[in-house]
Amino acid sequence: MKFLCVDCDRQMGFAERALPGDGTLAAVFTCPTCGRAVAMLTNPMETQLVASLGIQIGGRTVPEQPFERTRSTLQGGRDDAFADPVPTGGKSPRWATAAAERLERVPSFVRGMVKRIYTDYAAEHGIEVVTPEVMDQARRELGLEGM
Amino acid sequence: MGEAPRRIRTYHEVEEADRSQLRSQITAQRDRVTERLSSVRHVVGVMSGKGGVGKSFVTAGLATALARRGRRVGVLDGDLHGPTAARMLAAGKGRLEVHADGVVPAAGSLGVAVMSSDLLLSEGAPLRWREPGHDRFVWRGALEAGMLREFLGDVAWGVLDLLLVDLPPGTDRLDALVELVPRLSGVVVVTIPSEASFRAVRRAVQAARASHVPVLGVVENMAGYRCEHCRNEGSLFQGGAGERLAREAGAPLLSRIAFLPEVQAAVDGGAAPAAADALAPAAEALLALLEAA
Repeated sequence: MKFLCVDCDRQMGFAERALPGDGTLAAVFTCPTCGRAVAMLTNPMETQLVASLGIQIGGRTVPEQPFERTRSTLQGGRDDAFADPVPTGGKSPRWATAAAERLERVPSFVRGMVKRIYTDYAAEHGIEVVTPEVMDQARRELGLEGM
Repeated sequence: MGEAPRRIRTYHEVEEADRSQLRSQITAQRDRVTERLSSVRHVVGVMSGKGGVGKSFVTAGLATALARRGRRVGVLDGDLHGPTAARMLAAGKGRLEVHADGVVPAAGSLGVAVMSSDLLLSEGAPLRWREPGHDRFVWRGALEAGMLREFLGDVAWGVLDLLLVDLPPGTDRLDALVELVPRLSGVVVVTIPSEASFRAVRRAVQAARASHVPVLGVVENMAGYRCEHCRNEGSLFQGGAGERLAREAGAPLLSRIAFLPEVQAAVDGGAAPAAADALAPAAEALLALLEAA
């Protein structure tokens, strides 16, 4: 699917993605010439179908993780199914208590993968302590709403 | 006179940079599978149109028979809803190591590499997905195909002579496998002797043909019963489905395997090598076919 600004005859570019609720996925596109913005709203069925295919509207923001789709969508996964790599080296950020508690609420089947994504995000942005605010920021920027 | 109608460019004419890159995301998924399997010499499906014919038993027996001959073998349990391969091959339920480049498969009997939904699911948990509670049938197929894709492309299979994909009863998953692995070497078809099995498995043979997948051979399982005490053989089912299917498919009948209660019990209990002797002739024949291809 592409969006064309008819007045400018320019392809509109993806600007942002949001999950406003009730299963709707909103993808905002803007015209690079006139700045006009439109939001494509998918219904829950379309949103789920795209997610089922392992496709990220707006493009991938982090490299695809091994078993990413299975780990983020499977129900009834074993708590101890995976041994995820533990970040090593001095650059690995610390986890604030509140952030660690929030991470603990993520199902353990997928927790290791999610932790790694947040840790990499913090390291890449020179963030020394992962806080709930950093997690929110990463979710927005990386489009992890469904994860 | 009104204004001339505005000309709007077609989808393919609009080719400016697109950050969504949906097409390239799908291509990347396929490329990942292709790249992963580049170190796997042959990918072979084990299929049947019918449940309960011992397909997973045959898969486990072929895998261990070949491993015993020094071949590097992997088993991908494509029966996502009714996985049995991990247990038959005694692939423990230890944690699967996740590395940046993939998930390390579980080590089964005789070093056979194994990946199965059984290794991921809690004991007794059915295969279910986090999804809206309505219209599940619409996307369930996509989710299952996605799991198969990740089993193929995200598992660090390493260098293998043969990757056996144990397909569930029916023909649906074969289509997904063919899409994901265009260079599939072929399928081994498993049947029991009965007329009912012949009729059901025949559909699987036709499905393979329609997908241009070579039928490498037919294994007839439960072709008689051998008493564990007196060793005399008797018949279990009437019919000769194995020979008839082989003839129809233009493929060899790789083996006819008698039902041996003690072997079946051992394999069910996680001792797949017990089936290696029974499947050794079929494994030899399959190997010869693959190497001649």
